[in-house]
Amino acid sequence: MEHIVIIGNGISGVTAARHIRKLSDKKITIISAETEYFFSRTALMYVYMGHMKFEHTQPYENWFWKKNRIELKKGFVKEVKDASKELVFASGETMNYDKLIIATGSKPNKFGWPGQDLEGVMGMYHKQDLENLEKYAPNNKACNRAVIVGGGLIGIELAEMLRSRDIPVTFLVREKSFWNGVLPAGESEMINRHIKEHHIDLRLGVNLQEIKSDESGKVKSIIIKETGEEIPCTVVGLTAGVSPNVDFLKDSNIELGRGVKVNRRLETNIPDIYAIGDCAEQHEAIGQRRPIEAVWYTGRMMGETLAQTLCGNPKDYNPGHWFNSAKFLDIEYQTYGWVWAQPKENEARFYWEHSDGKICIHINYDKNTNEFIGINTFGIRMRHHSFDAWLNEKRSVEYVLEHLADANFDPEFYKLHEKDIVAKFNQENNTNIQLKKRSWKRIFQFS
Amino acid sequence: MKTIQNLGLSIFLLGLAIFTILPFIGSYEISSEKLEEIVNNKGIKSELFIEDLKTTTVGKEFSDPFSFSSNITSAIANANVTHKEKSEWDKVIWDKPHSFSYQIAKDVGGGPVKENKGLFWFLTFGLGIIGALLYIIPGVVTLGPAGIKNNGIWFNAATNRGWIGWFAFVFLVGFYVLLYFFPDYIVNWTYVVDPFSESLSGNMASQWFLYGFLYCTVMTVMAIRMYIKYRHNKYQILRTTSVLFFQIVFAFLIPEILVRFEKPWYDFKNAFPLDYDFFFKWNLDDLIANGGFGLFILVWGIVLTVVIVPIMVYFFGKRWYCSWVCGCGGLAETLGDPYRQLSDKSLKSWQVERWLIHGVLVFAIAMTGITLYAYFTGADAVSGIKTQTIQDIYGFLIGSIFAGVIGTGFYPIFGNRVWCRFGCPLAAYLGIIQRFKSKFRITTNGGQCISCGNCSTYCEQGIDVRAYAQKGQNIVRSSCVGCGICSAVCPRGVLKLENGSDDGSTRYETPEVILGNDIDLFEMLEENK
Repeated sequence: MEHIVIIGNGISGVTAARHIRKLSDKKITIISAETEYFFSRTALMYVYMGHMKFEHTQPYENWFWKKNRIELKKGFVKEVKDASKELVFASGETMNYDKLIIATGSKPNKFGWPGQDLEGVMGMYHKQDLENLEKYAPNNKACNRAVIVGGGLIGIELAEMLRSRDIPVTFLVREKSFWNGVLPAGESEMINRHIKEHHIDLRLGVNLQEIKSDESGKVKSIIIKETGEEIPCTVVGLTAGVSPNVDFLKDSNIELGRGVKVNRRLETNIPDIYAIGDCAEQHEAIGQRRPIEAVWYTGRMMGETLAQTLCGNPKDYNPGHWFNSAKFLDIEYQTYGWVWAQPKENEARFYWEHSDGKICIHINYDKNTNEFIGINTFGIRMRHHSFDAWLNEKRSVEYVLEHLADANFDPEFYKLHEKDIVAKFNQENNTNIQLKKRSWKRIFQFS
Repeated sequence: MKTIQNLGLSIFLLGLAIFTILPFIGSYEISSEKLEEIVNNKGIKSELFIEDLKTTTVGKEFSDPFSFSSNITSAIANANVTHKEKSEWDKVIWDKPHSFSYQIAKDVGGGPVKENKGLFWFLTFGLGIIGALLYIIPGVVTLGPAGIKNNGIWFNAATNRGWIGWFAFVFLVGFYVLLYFFPDYIVNWTYVVDPFSESLSGNMASQWFLYGFLYCTVMTVMAIRMYIKYRHNKYQILRTTSVLFFQIVFAFLIPEILVRFEKPWYDFKNAFPLDYDFFFKWNLDDLIANGGFGLFILVWGIVLTVVIVPIMVYFFGKRWYCSWVCGCGGLAETLGDPYRQLSDKSLKSWQVERWLIHGVLVFAIAMTGITLYAYFTGADAVSGIKTQTIQDIYGFLIGSIFAGVIGTGFYPIFGNRVWCRFGCPLAAYLGIIQRFKSKFRITTNGGQCISCGNCSTYCEQGIDVRAYAQKGQNIVRSSCVGCGICSAVCPRGVLKLENGSDDGSTRYETPEVILGNDIDLFEMLEENK
């Protein structure tokens, strides 16, 4: 029986394993050094905040793996010997494979800051980071201030986590406005305001100079590069992005870039070795996507695709239209299609913001053809399959606005803003778009 | 703000402490004239019972209800043993001993509570309400900007099955045991709500009036907590208002006012088979004896169950009843909201759930069938089973123990929908319709799910919502009561309660396009079911 070995028990590896099991009878082993069972990394924050217990982050009950004959092996792979199709563990053990899937995910970036390995400095990625945080920041007596370095999604989540225990937080963001490499100015400014509303000491346009240590090797303070200001703190969170966790492959024959280089079939340069998820790097970017995408759903899709390939139904990885979502403290964010921070040459923009300053949408469309390109929504939930269909059908911005009510995904009885949105668009563009009433018939056309 | 909350908590606990002490105080004395009056009113023919009470109880003052009641109940028991031995069936006292004892105690009880009903209402209910509100209302500020704030729920001993939870469990179970089985011990509690009862129905408060009053009070206070906690969520606000309205107006005020006009006590929204004694002989007789109005209730009750309930479930799902109208649901969604995360999500519990709840439905229908057969044929037993016996078993096991003691008492341990999930025969009936023929579903928003598990954790019905959402599959489950919390706690906007079209392809199935990949996920799901 063919033995498929998967390194990494995150969403990519586990999805691959589940789908291979659905499609075949192959022997499957998942290796992880982090935890015994699969858990949802994105939910770690809720464990610290007391919304959930760690076991709630595990999507499958513990009996699931045995029942589905997916073997779990706890261990750290330090070497891949592709000639003998053999893995060597840090413990010295070895394991043979017929096909190997590398799904080792990411690790937090560190940029060689002085003091970055002191006690009390941590990322927020692994289960071990959560344990560390619980140790160094259990409450605001043990931790009288935390400094977070890096203004991305994990940074703002870490800030929210610490604030849930009333720990004062200083948030150092390199950019002039939060996440403005991704978000256009309106949205970014909205989130700046919301961060401050949560009593987070937001410092924009600053970099970390160094982390200072006390006598016992613990964090004492940090220094800001631009101002030289010293901020006393006991915990430093480094959340300046992630990069593929592939160091253990450096001495192997597998071709690496920043991640493991793969083609559209998710194959590496070595036969029978594949890579999926955050650690995989496409030779050529797909559409406007980045070659490496550390996104939950792309990991899942790669897992599903590779399972098909390995079970005799070769498939290219085809992630479809870009979409994503996040939550910034209390403000939910969804995006479908592309809305770049800066409009490209052929692009026109439409921005609408509610007077309460917590709800907005931003539509990107082609100014020559009026083709809809993408939408950012904050504080309004939108229906994925509506936008997916409109992008497939290359609908115009007028069509999208006319049918915007179909796409609304807010809970029932919520105040609807489509009328205001369409009115503003009409006013700005001298158009006469009439909003259509929501139609279940249109909504369910997709099937 | 913290100070105000701590003060509120102290006041609440003081009110609760006084409430708890009340059953232990008071004076109970029965005079020989009183005894004679009771004997005459009740038509008691047992001289043994009268003699027993005369020697042990009459003319003596008791300073707590326990020994007083024990004399009465043992007098009944002793007399009945002898009468039954001698086959003196007309002398046997058929009343439930503690209900009988309750009537006497309520009548002859005295002491500070009875003399100062208003004062003691304030010291119990009043302090409880004020304290709770002082604790709850500062949440507007302390919770921070509007949004989901479940911070610390799993660190709090009250909400993580810690010692406070166990204490609340013991307290609630104790309360229900007293309420259902020992009403004679809690006459003092009923005194404090007498003034309300008199102004509504004209009668002194029974333990059931006390329960109704307490129920409405608790729901109102905890509804305010819901309004604050979910102030950003209009679905939750409207739903909370709806259950509160139906509880106070339909389950409490209207029935009491009906009694004032000498009509039968009836809760117009309480549908059979949740209202399990609707077809019992005494109820049918009572309704028929009430002429046109009684007949109207009879017809309404049948139409409600047979026509209105299924049609509404078809259009809106069972939520229209379970989390918008029902009293049990109303308490679960207000008092029970802090405990929703405690419901068991394992596959095992789902298996238990399906056997139990459908078992109760079968039990309720069988019992009603036998009851109606007996009613129309005049037999008092069907194939050797006495209708009275089966009704008593159902009333005790399901009506009292399951719905009350376990249903609410176990909130702090098994979550707030224990009864609704495992026991309610009406929920089982609605669920079957919802599962197979309804427009209602929880729509999963394409590929946005990140498997975080908030939805599953906070599902009070123990549905593993995430298991569906992460597959891109809509949630169509018989047990879903449509409380909408999964949708509220989802950080990625993945879940929406909808009444769409009722055909299978859009209701259960997964649209392949959302996957992004050109794999037909739906086909794969079908293949591997």
